Amino acid sequence: MRRDIFHAIADPTRRNILILLASQAMTPNAIAEHFDITRQAISKHIQILAECEAISQRRTGREIYYHFNPTKMKEIDHWLEVLRKQWEDRFNQLDGLLNDL
Amino acid sequence: MKHEAQITQDLPGKTIVVTRAFDAPPEKVWRAFTQRDILDKWWAPKPWKMETKSLDFKPGGTWHFCMVGPNGDRYWWRANILTVDPLRSFTSTGGPCDENANLTGGLPTMQRLTEFTAIPTGTMVSITLKFENEADLKTMAESGMLAGTTMVFDNLEELLESNAI
Repeated sequence: MRRDIFHAIADPTRRNILILLASQAMTPNAIAEHFDITRQAISKHIQILAECEAISQRRTGREIYYHFNPTKMKEIDHWLEVLRKQWEDRFNQLDGLLNDL
Repeated sequence: MKHEAQITQDLPGKTIVVTRAFDAPPEKVWRAFTQRDILDKWWAPKPWKMETKSLDFKPGGTWHFCMVGPNGDRYWWRANILTVDPLRSFTSTGGPCDENANLTGGLPTMQRLTEFTAIPTGTMVSITLKFENEADLKTMAESGMLAGTTMVFDNLEELLESNAI
């Protein structure tokens, strides 16, 4: 199955990487310094985050920097708002009806 | 009294909970959620109309309905009733389907738990939505935004284009 944003946030380490990158773009080495796990494990998490489009990479000089990509999370926020409105509208319609039951 | 729906989310857990108070006893609210003639009066967003084709409200039963738009568009949905604890809760799953109740989006992976709790002023309804992926979340949201589809998409585009958030 294709990976999506929920794969990205399913893991606590990946969530922490996203929090780090939300404040500034970082190189893989700089990211790894914040965690007490192998460089290889961090690379794997970074790869998954990139596949999920939660982060993107950009080359600056000799270094590769990872950037947080807020678009996906904005989409999720949007769907949540639509869902809330959907139930809100339904429930408002139900209110009037309950008096007559 | 005017009540508002509260939404809480656990995104890593892929769970959303919507709660809402009603000024009516659980017995009435339960009927509103489980009887076709009443469901048809409130489930669809205005100006869409609800048409339940069949509802067999028991474990293993199904609810097959469509929402009919002002220009005659029909949006079919099928819910499978999984468990029923009368006046307290029921669980269901579901997804878009055709007029013969054949699911069009594959096996549904969304689940809904609907709970009814008596409170001094009436009933607290709590709806727990569990989903598997982003596509599920979209499908759930879209099922209720028929009336304003274009508007919602416009909003999304604006939102995504702006770098404000």
